[in-house]
Amino acid sequence: MKGKHRWVVSVVGVVAVLFWAAGIFHPVSAKAGKEPYKVGAVFAITGTASFLGEPEKKTAEMIAEEINAQGGINGHPLQLIIYDDESDATKSTLAVKKLIKTDQVPVIIGPTQSDASLAVAPIAEEAQVPLISCAASYKIVEPVSERRWVFKVAGSDKHVVGKMYDYMKAKGMTKIGIMTASTGFGASGREELLRLAPEYGITVLADERYGPKDTDLTAQLTKMREAKVEAIVNWSVGPTQVLAVKGWRDLKMDNIPLFQSHGFGNRKNIELAGGAAEGVLLPLARVNVGPLLPDTQPQKKVIMAYTQAYEKKYNEPVSSFGGHAWDSLHLAVAALKAVGPDPAKIRDFLENTKGFVGQHGIFNFSPQDHNGLSKDDLEMVVVKNGDWALAPW
Amino acid sequence: MTDIFYGAAWLQYALSGLTIGAIYALVALGYNIIYNVTEIINFAQGEFVMLGGLFGVFYYQTFGLPLGAAVLCAVATVGLVGLLLERYIIRRARHVTVLSMIIVTIAFSILLKGGAMLAWGKDPYRLPAFSRTGAFLWQGVAVQPQALWVLGISAVVVGVLTVFFRTSFYGKAMLACADNADAARLVGIPVRTMVLLSFGLSAAVGAVAGVAICPITLMEYDRGALLGLKGFGAAVLGGLGQFYGALVAGIVLGLAESLCAGYISSGYKDAVALVLLMLALFFKPEGLFGSKEAAGLKRF
Repeated sequence: MKGKHRWVVSVVGVVAVLFWAAGIFHPVSAKAGKEPYKVGAVFAITGTASFLGEPEKKTAEMIAEEINAQGGINGHPLQLIIYDDESDATKSTLAVKKLIKTDQVPVIIGPTQSDASLAVAPIAEEAQVPLISCAASYKIVEPVSERRWVFKVAGSDKHVVGKMYDYMKAKGMTKIGIMTASTGFGASGREELLRLAPEYGITVLADERYGPKDTDLTAQLTKMREAKVEAIVNWSVGPTQVLAVKGWRDLKMDNIPLFQSHGFGNRKNIELAGGAAEGVLLPLARVNVGPLLPDTQPQKKVIMAYTQAYEKKYNEPVSSFGGHAWDSLHLAVAALKAVGPDPAKIRDFLENTKGFVGQHGIFNFSPQDHNGLSKDDLEMVVVKNGDWALAPW
Repeated sequence: MTDIFYGAAWLQYALSGLTIGAIYALVALGYNIIYNVTEIINFAQGEFVMLGGLFGVFYYQTFGLPLGAAVLCAVATVGLVGLLLERYIIRRARHVTVLSMIIVTIAFSILLKGGAMLAWGKDPYRLPAFSRTGAFLWQGVAVQPQALWVLGISAVVVGVLTVFFRTSFYGKAMLACADNADAARLVGIPVRTMVLLSFGLSAAVGAVAGVAICPITLMEYDRGALLGLKGFGAAVLGGLGQFYGALVAGIVLGLAESLCAGYISSGYKDAVALVLLMLALFFKPEGLFGSKEAAGLKRF
């Protein structure tokens, strides 16, 4: 009996020692100096949108390293807590809840995708934690009365569509066909394409949707040709946008200009299309075309610094998506630097930020505008000799 | 003028449907081979297709093999993966029910998908087309030479498999294993070897599909599941185990999808394929070309 008692005591003792040791060697308390400032991040690092989430994660990690190497934020090290939502809106909500409840972060960046961001926005609202989404849909920040705590750094689809329609108008194209993927991204683009067309005097003659994993888009493209459109807009992400380009070229439809959404803004897409992408037009954020910008462009300096650091570290070209992570994390860091880790103060700081020079434009937030960008923050770009070039107006 | 143009659109939809259909048919063939020998539905079939495409890219780009050799190596490698699946996983589970083995194949498919993601990353890859010429116009319809390759390969594979199973010694022995494994063993057929062969063969056919479609559709690590599902639809619609049935059903599915995309809306095309499949299951559950009597004798 006595032996058994002693055994229990020793087990309790060992467990206690383990807990104590875990406390001692916990990375947070191991670091000397001030307590770290936490920033939570949710990116689609795996799954269908991984090509968006992966550069975001890499960018965020690179920036965190840079900031910590330079002594952190006002002497506080930056602790970045990244979760992978596997391109799944349900997992995104779980990750955001975990960041708020378990990790108790004062500000969250991400999620990567529109549907995930729409799903997590009410959670951030309810918990009163500022969230800076990296996705594009305008619904993420509108109506602003229901989105007091939610911001986004990706240009709205209306900016992209506006830029595209401006260009079409300048070139005298008025009859267009649109083809969109049946994803949150595609549906949101479709809505804006249809909504804004009358404002610019553009008629949508064909409106086609397809699945994100479809293997062939020639049927949709043929329908466009039958409708005698003057321009085609494809709005999707992933392999389907390459299939659209290949189909367009194979069907000898290159006399009808093909516009892609900003989702095409990754050089890998040009490579995958294997020469078929020549002449494809798309509105792109300046981060993608840093070297093409004139030196007088105010964003040129930050864009070139990011481009060079990223390409040196990861040996791959920068993309729009990494730029979103740059903008969101630097905004969060600027807020932490100015007001410290207080969610309410961070929110107020973000809402009043003006003239923040980022990768995707010059952000001017206001209580009515939680995006801070306009269509003038985009450049119209054309694929030329296997690379981007500024499109002649 | 207008009806010529109408004809061109119609032909274009049909051609794109035929191409997609041939892809589904090739996937369906893989299901049929294993089903014919073991009555197992191998849900890793779609992953074999994905692996075929990715190994093709691997041998072509990383090893710099000529395209033909890269294709053969890819098919052989994936065939080997099929053999390993049978030898080390399915054979160990041979005393459980057919349903449990089907679930084992689902687990294996997840394993393959995850492994491919680690090995190749998440980007899509492409192979150059088998023949160098670009798309050409025929009757005002753009034809991709690669689509002809896919169609031709499907037809050849169907023909060869049918002849193999109907007339050759090994083919008949493999069929006998499915009809009654114990009886087959009694007459001296090495059942285990036959099952092993069926997995290797089925994986190789999947890989052929993978390398053939890679130049058209690109290939990435998570393409397998959807192709597997559509191929399964074609296999069921055509009657499980029927090779010609799989070819016809695959093409019917492809045409239905493509024509729906062209004339109704592409938003509904997946629904059309599934509705066709459900109608077949309601009214002719043994499939378009299956025999009711034979279906009644199957365990699954």
